[in-house]
Order: sequence, then C-alpha cells, then structure tokens
Amino acid sequence: MSDTSATQRVKFYQTGTHTVGNRLLDEADRTVQASMERANAITSGHRACQGCGEALGARYALDSAMRATEGKLVAVNATGCLEVFTTPYPETSWQIPWLHSLFGNAPAVAAGVAAAFRVKGREDVRVVAQGGDGGTADIGFGCLSGMFERNDDVLYICYDNEAYMNTGVQRSSATPPAARTATTPAVGDAPGNVFGTGKNLPLIAMAHNIPYVATASVANLHDLEAKVEKAMGMRGARYIHVMVPCPLGWGSASDATINLARMAVESGLFPLFEAEHGAVTKTNKIRHQIPVADYLRPQLRFAHLFKKDRENTESLQRIQRMADANIKRFDLLEDGGSAQ
Amino acid sequence: MTGETKLTNLQGNHACALAAISAGCDFYAGYPITPSSEVAERMSVELPRIGGTFIQMEDEIASMAAVLGAAMGGAVAMTATSGPGFSLKQENIGLGIITETPCVIVNVMRGGPSTGMPTRPGQGDIMQARWGTHGDHPVVALAPASVAEVWSETRRAFAIAEAVRTPVILLIDEVVGHLVETVAVDANPEPVTGRVWAEGDPANFQPYEAGPSLVPAMAKPGDGRRAHMTGLTHGPDGFPTQDPATASAMLTRLFDKIETHNSLIERFEAIDCEDADIVIVAYGISARAARRATSLARKAGLRVGLFRPVTLWPFPETAFRTATKSAGRILVAEMNAGQLRMEIERLTSENQHVEGVNRFDGEPITPEAILTAIDQSKEQAA
Repeated sequence: MSDTSATQRVKFYQTGTHTVGNRLLDEADRTVQASMERANAITSGHRACQGCGEALGARYALDSAMRATEGKLVAVNATGCLEVFTTPYPETSWQIPWLHSLFGNAPAVAAGVAAAFRVKGREDVRVVAQGGDGGTADIGFGCLSGMFERNDDVLYICYDNEAYMNTGVQRSSATPPAARTATTPAVGDAPGNVFGTGKNLPLIAMAHNIPYVATASVANLHDLEAKVEKAMGMRGARYIHVMVPCPLGWGSASDATINLARMAVESGLFPLFEAEHGAVTKTNKIRHQIPVADYLRPQLRFAHLFKKDRENTESLQRIQRMADANIKRFDLLEDGGSAQ
Repeated sequence: MTGETKLTNLQGNHACALAAISAGCDFYAGYPITPSSEVAERMSVELPRIGGTFIQMEDEIASMAAVLGAAMGGAVAMTATSGPGFSLKQENIGLGIITETPCVIVNVMRGGPSTGMPTRPGQGDIMQARWGTHGDHPVVALAPASVAEVWSETRRAFAIAEAVRTPVILLIDEVVGHLVETVAVDANPEPVTGRVWAEGDPANFQPYEAGPSLVPAMAKPGDGRRAHMTGLTHGPDGFPTQDPATASAMLTRLFDKIETHNSLIERFEAIDCEDADIVIVAYGISARAARRATSLARKAGLRVGLFRPVTLWPFPETAFRTATKSAGRILVAEMNAGQLRMEIERLTSENQHVEGVNRFDGEPITPEAILTAIDQSKEQAA
C-alpha cells in the first residue's frame, strides 16, 4: 500500500454501475446488498467456490422471492452444487424450509408441495424449485415439462453454469459448442463440445404457454430481482433461467464472474427477455454488441480456440453467428446501437 | 495374447475404461455420477481414438437404453454409474435380460440409500444387482477387489456378456474405483471372443432359437435376417406370447443358459479354508481387509480361512460349501446391513453359525474389526 493511501479520496466501488451497493445512487436504484433490510434466504457461510455465480444468483433470486412472499416460501432443490455447498453437515445457509429432492425430480416434488398447500388451504405459502442446467435440461426435463403442462403453481429457477460442475465438469445439453469439459476434451478434429442444434430451455418453456418465462443474469441483479418479484406476483407455472458463470468449470478468474456474465449478454449469446403466455413481452436491449471472442477468450474452456498463431476462426465464426442470430431473433439491439 | 505384461499405475475407474477398450468395447453411453465419472471421462478420451463412440446421454435411463440399442446394433457396449443411476437403469436392465442383449453395466458403489454419501464407499447394491429389475430373471454380477482385478474382471465381464448374450453387472466399490495401484496388464491384450452371429438361410432365421449352448445366435444388423426383439415374453420366433408353455420355456432357458455357462462365469478365491474353524466371506475392498485379518489370525494360531466370491451372482454355491466344510462359524464382512449374509445363511447347515461384520457409515471395514469379530466368535464357540 502506498503511503499516500490515507489521503486518497474514498472510492465507492463499482461507481456508475448497477452491480453492487452503490451508495451514490438514489435509494430506489440501489441494489439490495446496500440495504439493511435484506431478506436473506441464503445466509453467508456456505462453501461455494470463490466467485461462484450460482451462489450470487440464488441469493438474489431467493431473497427477492422471500420479500415478495413475506417470507412464506418453501424451496425445493435438485441435486447439484447449490444443494451441496449450502448444506454441508451440520450447517445450512437456508433460512427457509428447504427440501432436497433427487437430481431429476425437483419440478415434480415442488408440484406435489404446491398441491398439498392448495388442499390444506395454505396457498399463501409459495413454492420455488431450483436446479442446475443438468438437473433442468437433462435428467429433470421430463418432470419440468409436466410441471409446465399442468401449470402447477411453482416458480422454477434454473441456474445455468453450462455443465455438470458438481460431479467434476462434464458436459450437459446446456454446454456451449466448442467448450472443453471432462467429457468433451479439446482433442481431435473438432475439439471440445459439439456444435449441436442447441436446447433453448426458455423457448421450450414458452412453448408450454405458461404464464411467465424470463432469462436473467448475475451481471444485472436489479433485473434478476425484478423478474423474480414479477414471477412471484403470478400464479401457475413460471420459469426463470439465470446464467451463472462458474470459475472452476469455465477456467475463469474468480473476479471475472460478473464481467463474463455481462459479456455473455452483450455479445448476444445470452439474450435477456421476458415472455408471458408464450409471447416475448420485453427484451433487455444491447447498446454495443461485443464480439463473442471477447467473451470466450478469458475462459480456459475455450483456450483451444485461441492458440497462438492458430486461432480457430471457423469455430469462432460459428459462435459469432449464433450470437448474431439471437440479436436478430430477439431484436436485441437498441435503436442506433452497433452490431458486430 | 503374447503373454507379455507391462507395469502401469492406474486408478480403478481408469483401469475399467482401459480394460473395456482392450476387450473390444467400442461404445459407451453414460451420465455423470460420483464416484464413477472417471470411467466416462476416460472413455470420452479413449474411444474416439480407436474409432469408437462415446455419448453423454441426458440421463441414466437414456444411457442404459442407448447401450442396449448399440449392442442390438452390433456394438460392444457398456455404461458406468453409481447407486442412484443404477436404480434408474433397472427397467432397462430387465429389457437387456429378456432381449438377451450383451452389455456391461458398471456400478461404482457408494453409500445409500438415495443420494446417500456420493463420495463414500458402500456395498449396499448387492441385492439390488440381484433383484433390482422386476420379475424372475437370472443375473451375472462380478465384484473385483483390486485395480488388477478391475482390469481382469472388466475383460471377463465383456467375455461373458458377448458369449452368453446377457447383461453383466460389475460391482466396484468406491474404494477400489478410486484406488491407484501398480498393476501388470497384458502388453498386447486381445479383444474377447465376439458374440455368435447367425448363419445359414436368412429365410429360416428364428431370433430366439437356441442350440445346446442355449445362446441364440444374433442377427447381424444389415445382413438380411429379420431381427425381432421385444420386452414382451416371447417364443423362439421373437413374437410375444402368453402361451404358458412358451412363456415357461423362455424363462427356463434364460436361467439354464447362465447355469450352462457357469464355468465361464464363476470365479472365487478360497484361502486357508481346508482346515478352517472360522471362514470369513468377503468381496470387493472388504475382502482386502479380510485377507489381512485372516493372515494375522493364522499367525496367532487360529484356524481361519477366507472365501472370496469374485462372481457374486450367481453365487458360487458349491465352491462355498466345499470351502466351509470344516467351518463351524462363518463371518460375512460387508459394507451394508448384511445383504450377502442372507445368501450365506441359505447355504449353510444348522451346525454352522453365521454372523455379520457390517458397517454402512461410509468407511471401509478394517482388518482390526474383522479380527475382533473373530475373537468374539471364538469366545462364543468356546
């Protein structure tokens, strides 16, 4: 530390952004982190990795849901990182009733809980189910679709870190193309995960015509909170898909989580939008679309695309086209904004 | 095989993957689950190198189903999982048994029930392996006790599956799965003998007509024979039936088929059993502790032997009876509440006293625990 530090002006961290407790903003614009009134569904002391996007996303989502329901909230949790790191014996980070189900059945267990509350006349108690991308897009997909189709009174939140991180970073159907995982090694002619047709869960949820579907990002916690609050103001099946970077699985710096989440949005790879009864009602516009390479380069899981003098331009172009297609499909560019 | 061996340092799960490939496995479908994920991870690297196929499926059920489909399509196929996944696979394992689809299912056993203790060892899936899928059916299950044996038993699992046309279950406990040992493996291993493909006039082909081997020859995909496979009870023509005689004949042949090939399937080890007063029965990692306990007891002048079934199902009944001929007391050491003990009690006489050395707390059984049980058993006998 320099000897002039004592005389330096106090800096409010992240000044001018909407990420964390900016005390320069009007009270209404501040994040809940700056508020002493924070609800705290998940308290500190859990054992998530440093920079865990899921810990952040779940805390804000659940806090928001807790506020919206005045604390009358039950959480159902599929097997996964969130389940493991918040509940190491004999501790728990949960301040609300919390039910660990199995890997693939959280939507169905939550549907049962909601049905029981209805029968018992306790519909004031609300149910949130949550899982990672593996538990949601893969093994729990059938139960999730059933929950949507019956319009069960459950908000399902998927924390998408794009692979099976809890078991050691194996691919899921949410893993992006070319990403290296423990089961998609960066070897051979097509290193990393395959360029598949994709499995867009929010769009699949929308195809069930459920009351509310939204995507959210840990880079925009205000937006995440607002979407959860809105969802809790509705009845029936609701779905929120939160992108949560994972330093361990992505091979990214633990202080890069927010930045990566933001770049995923600003590149067009992860569009932020809301939909009601199957139709998109709102999108978060992008001012300047950034190149996908800017987002991919800091992640070691894509390191094989950026080898010195041997940049894999073909793969990068394919991923760029995916981003561009999203920009077009969801009309993401702000008026006068710049595309890649 | 050249007979040459090479020394290599291997984790049990990696040994399983490499032995599978050495045996001719060219298809793997799986789903991540602790403590078996290393099998899938190693397969994802190794299989593409030999032109094989690795698919990570969307769940455990799909993984088992894809293995059946691949084997029906002519591949030498396997999957690996652990307790919760093994539960999910059960209906498909039954389909594999009734359609006589050769495949290998690895279960790296952890503490249960349910999600249980994912990173801790258990041996609680012994009876699930036997009776996990519904209905009467024969089962082949093998339980290696070392990394070297993971290698040899994985190869044997494929040999049995392909020759006898049946799913084979490999029960590895978490300790053996994650154990790293130096093993001598075949330097130039040869694939196991492949399955019997149908020959002769395609027009007269009956998908489930079996000769004296009781193993029906399989229609090689694309060779013009009409394959007809169904989970419904069927006759030699493959068509569903509810005719009592045909239904009875199908299931009887399935049981008899396994018995006919028992010399290929059965494997056990009997150490110091000839004059033993007390025989320890143990498998997997528990057998390693039992072996140590047996040798310490012998040094202390006690007549103690070890019977180690490598093939758990069908249980080596005759060998067990022979090994325990002189024994008045039998101790079954296993990391569960006494699952194999039930089988042992069935096989012993009134004069033989059967006890369990059990733990299901996520820790392996120690030689000391078995020695203590030997002492207590001896006192009770006196």
